[in-house]
Amino acid sequence: MVETSQRDAVIKVRGLRNQFGPQVVHDNLDLDVWRGEVLGIVGGSGTGKSVLLRTIVGLNQPAAGSIEVLGTNVLTAPEEERRQVETRWGVAFQDGALFSALTVLQNVMAPMREHLKLSTNLMKELGGLKISLVGLPHLACDKLPSELSGGMRKRAALARALALDPQIVFLDEPTAGLDPIGAAAYDDLIGELQRALGITVFMVTHDLDSLYAICDRIAVLAEKRVLVEGPIETMTDVDHPWVQEYFTGPRARAAQVKKSGSQ
Amino acid sequence: MGVDEPHLELRDDAGVKVVQLSGDLVTAHLGSLEHSFAKAQALTGAVRIELEGLTGIDTGGAWMVSQLRKRVAEAGGEVTLSGGAPDHIALIETVTQAAFESEMHEVVALGRWAWVEQLGKTAVAGYRAALSLISFLGQVLAGIAGALMQPHKLRWASLVTHMQDVGFSAVPIVALMGFLIGVVLGFQGASQLQQFGAEVFVVELISISVLRELGILLTAIIVAGRSGSAFTASVGSMKVQQEIDAMQTLGLDPIKVLVVPRVLALLVMLPLLGFVANLFGLFGGALMSWVSLDVSPGMFITRLHENTDVKHLIVGMVKAPFFALVIGVVACWQAFQVQGSSTSVGRRTTSSVVQGIFLVIALDALFSIFFADLGV
Repeated sequence: MVETSQRDAVIKVRGLRNQFGPQVVHDNLDLDVWRGEVLGIVGGSGTGKSVLLRTIVGLNQPAAGSIEVLGTNVLTAPEEERRQVETRWGVAFQDGALFSALTVLQNVMAPMREHLKLSTNLMKELGGLKISLVGLPHLACDKLPSELSGGMRKRAALARALALDPQIVFLDEPTAGLDPIGAAAYDDLIGELQRALGITVFMVTHDLDSLYAICDRIAVLAEKRVLVEGPIETMTDVDHPWVQEYFTGPRARAAQVKKSGSQ
Repeated sequence: MGVDEPHLELRDDAGVKVVQLSGDLVTAHLGSLEHSFAKAQALTGAVRIELEGLTGIDTGGAWMVSQLRKRVAEAGGEVTLSGGAPDHIALIETVTQAAFESEMHEVVALGRWAWVEQLGKTAVAGYRAALSLISFLGQVLAGIAGALMQPHKLRWASLVTHMQDVGFSAVPIVALMGFLIGVVLGFQGASQLQQFGAEVFVVELISISVLRELGILLTAIIVAGRSGSAFTASVGSMKVQQEIDAMQTLGLDPIKVLVVPRVLALLVMLPLLGFVANLFGLFGGALMSWVSLDVSPGMFITRLHENTDVKHLIVGMVKAPFFALVIGVVACWQAFQVQGSSTSVGRRTTSSVVQGIFLVIALDALFSIFFADLGV
């Protein structure tokens, strides 16, 4: 289905403007996300990476602009149509945002209960499958989120995001707060799931290793818009002080070495 | 993007049972196929799953195919997959690999004797909670004693803030409550006593019941609901945010920093609030006696002086610090029992209010027996 010659934009953001009081976060921001790619969003603190994610998934009302997800304008679409689109994306928040009163399995089943007409047994099986797909041990099913480590919570959040077999997955700093081994495993997991399930991944991250390891394309947020976008190799050629510092600094070089070493 | 309804067809092809799948086998449409899949899972012998007709598949669909293959193979059947796009097959294999080795483990059912286990668990939990509460009471008392012996170490700013929250801010509600209690007693007393011309005894009725019991008891109940819940919620949230752990690593004793100022504030303010309730109770009673029984305020005060011993006031006031201690200790203890999530804070806050009020009433009953034995 994926045609390389004619790319198919699953998310189209045009002329987006976000403003909190007098503070303008985004101004005239354009962004396209292609089907089946892993897009990494980077930018300094306060450049509105998370705000962009929240705006696309409808948690933040922009001051101006249009956002089209899977062919539906999510800002103007009627309620019913919006709900339809919502079942086709999954969001994993930074700290998991799992429902604290429910077990991990119940968390994963929560969106299924709402949107699917399946028997409870099948939902349990599918929930268990999602949990094992994200690499959590079986024992984790019956645990409460408060009984999990930070890394496990992130995986559980990903399992919940995958509950409805979405076409797009939004990840907010998926590897923040994980140890390097856990972060690398999480990167592998996202890459693997992306290949196996053919999903599109929209990822806000600061982790250079993730950017090198799994992102097909990078979009840099600066000066209230998407300053540049493209494969990571092209980033070092960009003539902008922040981008230069970010992609040619010591950490970036280390990540690059690691990537070429592992291949 | 339309979705083709998925279909499952069973047929027989020269002794080989064929399960033919077609359409978009996606989670959203699995519901209609659950039954057919269950039927297919019961097949035995040689089975061929034909995937040619599939136009799409997701993990849910792949799971169904994978389970079907597993079940039939387990029953001794021979299963082959035929056709299917490479990425469909790949997804089915990914899902098969990811599937748990172990079946969903079952909850051990105890049948009709489950209540015995539950009873035992509840009893043990209650016993442990009681021990823990008593030990907490000891720690708080030691903390208060320490604070009184070294007043410079007491957190005065915190104490004063809590005294304001617990005491001063509660004056209006406590005064109104006291006034209404006096009015109700006056009105009820009047209608009963009038029947045998003993109107004037309404003064004793009001003064003794308000001073001895109701003023302090109802104040304590209001404070348990108002401040007990606030203590549990605020300290409990600190526990969730790991602030209490942070305190301990910084060498600060959470009992001294958080609990002692709160309990001390209650110890000081609850008797004062009780006194306010008493005053307004008498005032409400006097007003009602005047309106409905023509007992003038002057006569009310004279009878109050002559016939109501000051011991009633003392009996009432003596109980106040004990009530304060119970409310404060239960609220803070519940806060320390908070575990993990914010749900736990809500549950503990409820328990804090319920237990606080219950223990205050139970203690009041004990005091009644105690004072009756003493003859006061």
